[in-house]
Amino acid sequence: MIWYARRHPRILVGGTLVLLLVLVALLAPVLAPYDPTVVQMSVSLDPPSSAHWLGTDDLGRDVLSRTIWGSRISLSVGLIAVAIGLGVGVSLGLVAGYLGGLVDLLAMRVIDALLAFPALILAISITAALGPQLQNAMIAIGVVAIPLYTRLTRGQVLAAREREYVLAARTIGASARRIVLRHIFPNITNPLVVQATLSIAFAILAEATLSFLGLGAQPPTPTWGADINYSQRYLANLKWWMSVGPGVGIFLAVFAFNYFGDALRDALDPRLRRAG
Amino acid sequence: MTAYVIRRLLLMVPVAFLVTVIVFALVRLSPGDPVLVYAGEERDPVSLDALRKAYGLDQPMPVQYAVWIGHAVQGDLGRSLRTTQPVREAILERVPATLLLGGTALLLSISVALVVGTLSAVKPNSPLDLLATGFTLAGVSLPNFFLGLILILLFSLVVRVFPPGGYVAIAADPGDALRHLVLPAITLATASMAVNVRQVRSSLLDVFGQEYIRTARAKGLGETRVVFRHALKNALIPVVTIIGLQIGAIIEGAIITETIFFWPGVGRLAVDSIGGRDYPVVQAIVLLSALSFMASTLVVDLLYATLDPRISFSGSRA
Repeated sequence: MIWYARRHPRILVGGTLVLLLVLVALLAPVLAPYDPTVVQMSVSLDPPSSAHWLGTDDLGRDVLSRTIWGSRISLSVGLIAVAIGLGVGVSLGLVAGYLGGLVDLLAMRVIDALLAFPALILAISITAALGPQLQNAMIAIGVVAIPLYTRLTRGQVLAAREREYVLAARTIGASARRIVLRHIFPNITNPLVVQATLSIAFAILAEATLSFLGLGAQPPTPTWGADINYSQRYLANLKWWMSVGPGVGIFLAVFAFNYFGDALRDALDPRLRRAG
Repeated sequence: MTAYVIRRLLLMVPVAFLVTVIVFALVRLSPGDPVLVYAGEERDPVSLDALRKAYGLDQPMPVQYAVWIGHAVQGDLGRSLRTTQPVREAILERVPATLLLGGTALLLSISVALVVGTLSAVKPNSPLDLLATGFTLAGVSLPNFFLGLILILLFSLVVRVFPPGGYVAIAADPGDALRHLVLPAITLATASMAVNVRQVRSSLLDVFGQEYIRTARAKGLGETRVVFRHALKNALIPVVTIIGLQIGAIIEGAIITETIFFWPGVGRLAVDSIGGRDYPVVQAIVLLSALSFMASTLVVDLLYATLDPRISFSGSRA
């Protein structure tokens, strides 16, 4: 473990950032100095001070506390959306890649159609169609991520299918299911882990964008995107502090996963180093 | 080449069909009776029935799809529910603003990427390279709505150099139009600039490692000539791909930026229409953005095949 970290210092840095983020989200009730939703008009729109490090919003809610609690929404959307994309996408890719033929043809055309939409437009329209709710945002971002995993998995399966160990497994009479799950899948996990990490960064950014547009979790739930949107109306009065906490929050979270994903890619899959 | 083009076009047909089905289905996904979407405040069962008939919502789903797509291919995208303006007209009105913003941002992004990307590839690990690498990591992680607000705060509220939003047509007042363009263009350009700098740098570094570059250097060519005449030409092929896709995604990029800067383009129209549950407009913009994205992917693929002779036209492309 220590040896590994020494050889790949960027993994250590990225991993630490991600770990810190997860800790902040888990420990939000302990870390946040105030209740993020309690209205206290006496301290409305206070600039940063020793009592409120990042100031307060127009309802006197502590910006730091809202930022800390906001990490929970961002992280859970990131994780759940990617889990949806990964689960559906990988299964589809395994089936299409191994079976080939008509199944493959049909599945890949659906994937092509999903890829024909710009990612953010697809996420926005699905969320808008299903209704502006946190869980719909998760589903939408998850659906947008599916094609990536299907293509990645299918490509890897097509390559693995011709390898000798698969032929050997087939010769001794292993079932298709067993070959795919026990022989092929374990060999393609590295690129999937890399992709999943980078997808979490995308998902967090997408969630922030959706909630900025009012399509994510609804008030008074603290979410970074919606809080920045809300802060806009006080910008003209130079009440700048309302958006700094959530803005930096989004930046750090997305940065952490991007950086960690990049580092993982370099370490786990040298072949992919140049891509993207 | 012709065979490749035809094959590529044929492959697009089922995908385009599925795209239209998805766009059609998206509106029908909405929970509840679709007629309520069109009815506004109206809840009287008799008028609802009349509306249902008027919009053809009493027909079976495939028939409704056929009618919708039949009109759409003739350019009839229905009428806006909020303004009753024909959707086509509403979108066409806003296209110039979006193209102006998107085009400017793209130019900005490409020119900065070419200069910075080349400089940092020529001297890897130099201070400029490290700065550029830091910028590319930061640029893709910074949400553009936050960046936009910071820029407004700094350059229109604290120091009043640029207006905080709004749009002036170039024809009306070129100077004022440019002043309005600066902040939104920077906001929109930043993310793609980060991607492009990174791409220029990494594909130049790739090319620098190749033998023909060593040959060029070995025969005594000056470094400038090696970079510009030999390396850059080949390194730009993947860059062209990415830029092509960015052109196709212009509406997507504009959504947030136009919203923040009150820029009357297609992206802002999309956001306003989603908020106002104006489904015909939303549907049309989603369709348009998917089709333009598909078209640019096609052009990029064809261009790629032309630019890079190593890519065979008959090769199997999954």
